[in-house]
Amino acid sequence: MTERTPLLELRDVNTYYGQIHILQGVNLRVFEGEFVALLGGNACGKSTTLKTAVGLVTPKSGSVLIDGVEVTKEKPGERIRRGIAVVPENRRLFGPMTVMENLQIGAYTRSHVPKEDYDYVFDLFPKVAERRNQLAGTLSGGEQQMVAVARALMSKPKLLLMDEPSMGLSPLLVEQSFELIDDLHRQGVSMLVVEQNANMALSVADRGYVLQTGRVVLEGPAADLAQDAELRKAYLGR
Amino acid sequence: MEYFGEQLVNGVVMGGVYALIALGYTLIYGVLQFLNLAHGELYMMGAFFGFFTMTALGGPSASAVPVAVMIGIMFIVAMGGGALLGVAVERFAYRPLRNSSRLAPLISALGVSLFLQNAALLLFGARVRLYDTGQFIDLRSGISIGRIRIDPTEMMVVIGALLLMAGLWLMVNRTRLGRAMRAVAVDQDAAVMNGIDVDRTVVWTFAIASGLAGAAGVMSGLLLYPVDQYMGVFAGLKGFSAAVLGGIGSIPGAMLGGFLLGITEALVTGYLNPTYADFIAFLILILVLLIRPRGILGRPAIAKV
Ligand SMILES: Nc1ncnc2c1ncn2[C@@H]1O[C@H](COP(=O)(O)OP(=O)(O)OP(=O)(O)O)[C@@H](O)[C@H]1O
Ligand SMILES: [Mg+2]
Repeated sequence: MTERTPLLELRDVNTYYGQIHILQGVNLRVFEGEFVALLGGNACGKSTTLKTAVGLVTPKSGSVLIDGVEVTKEKPGERIRRGIAVVPENRRLFGPMTVMENLQIGAYTRSHVPKEDYDYVFDLFPKVAERRNQLAGTLSGGEQQMVAVARALMSKPKLLLMDEPSMGLSPLLVEQSFELIDDLHRQGVSMLVVEQNANMALSVADRGYVLQTGRVVLEGPAADLAQDAELRKAYLGR
Repeated sequence: MEYFGEQLVNGVVMGGVYALIALGYTLIYGVLQFLNLAHGELYMMGAFFGFFTMTALGGPSASAVPVAVMIGIMFIVAMGGGALLGVAVERFAYRPLRNSSRLAPLISALGVSLFLQNAALLLFGARVRLYDTGQFIDLRSGISIGRIRIDPTEMMVVIGALLLMAGLWLMVNRTRLGRAMRAVAVDQDAAVMNGIDVDRTVVWTFAIASGLAGAAGVMSGLLLYPVDQYMGVFAGLKGFSAAVLGGIGSIPGAMLGGFLLGITEALVTGYLNPTYADFIAFLILILVLLIRPRGILGRPAIAKV
């Protein structure tokens, strides 16, 4: 069997903030159609992994590949054009701009955006359609989360990188937001999702990685990770 | 009443010029949180570019082209030249310092300011230039409202300034570039994660801000203000005061601040003492910083989460 090309691959990535060595030889792959969870405690480098993938930070050594193409030196815009998009930690909507403008910024890397692409996210999130002329900063937490996902979808990504989508949401909304992510995954969008809520993430993921102080200490099928006693102790809190 | 009206007209005319300068400060500050202290020198260069374009086209007496075309070309050259110069300044004097301390680019800007003044001295000489507006525009014509007369240059300057402001407003609010500028202003990292190229956006911001300064330079030349290498010092300070008065970072604020400063200056000059003119801007700047640092339309600083 020939090896498939991963949609996203980090090869032996070492990322620094100044002198501080954050990612220490991270290897990670996401294949087409997969739902991959990226787990780990506070400050272990989960967000840095996503930032390295999209190009907000550049690794000191190692490479980032999208669809088999080395993109380590490419700017984020070029990488996004290759089919990845980020829903950043804390959503980071442009608060003084309208919901519609936030979506337009999500589509920034595309020269032409047909109206159907807006209709697609409006169908997915009727709430977002309703609020399209409202300033993003005035939305509720749940609505902001929807806009953040909708904004990322505007670049038509094959792979969505989500950083703690459940953060700051009520338990009910966390549930709903995971259902939605799961739906998107079923519709063919591959997923790399960072989560503190490991149980929830592993219940929908195919595979998972566990980071500890910038290294991958565990990886495997989600079901196995969910059973793993060590992981339970260390990260699931029981 | 007639005298008041005349002063008001003067104020609005100069206000348009100040507003264009103020917009440059506010655009660059909004996007980069950086005060381009060399901004006044781009206005000065614009005035020179306009002057030499006028001379090259045969001058007013033997103009090779119709007057309207000549004035149009003067604006195009001054705005284009200003934009290119502004982009060069950003590229070589500010960008290398973007990730260093906040003070470093400010000091660099002071250096650029002195550099451009001396470059102008070297290239254009120490002679003060005056546009020959009176020779190609009949300053006695124009329109009258009651007994207040507005001459054609004044009308042109006000209309030109308003058109440029409308264009800027459309650009910022209705185009992809404008959205990118606002996004970078709000949250640079989030903008990058959406694929926005910050360097490119900053280049355009400098081009637009400096182009507006160039246009303001030509306008002041046409209004018969003397053109020399130091003209940008006071004009820059006034534009900056206007931007702070309106709320630095706010585009409507810069427009409002420019007109308010122009009108206040004209009324004080007209009723109190003409020598106070240049002092008004400083007074306003100090009062605003003391009483309401965020200016009239500025947002209060929001702490980042
Ligand atoms: N811009 C930065 N400059 C310096 N250090 C940073 C920067 N961003 C993150 N760090 C540091 O890098 C380490 C890893 O941060 P990162 O955000 O990747 O962690 P994380 O796993 O996402 O944590 P959390 O679960 O709290 O979101 C932390 O110690 C953090 O303080
Ligand atoms: Mg994080």
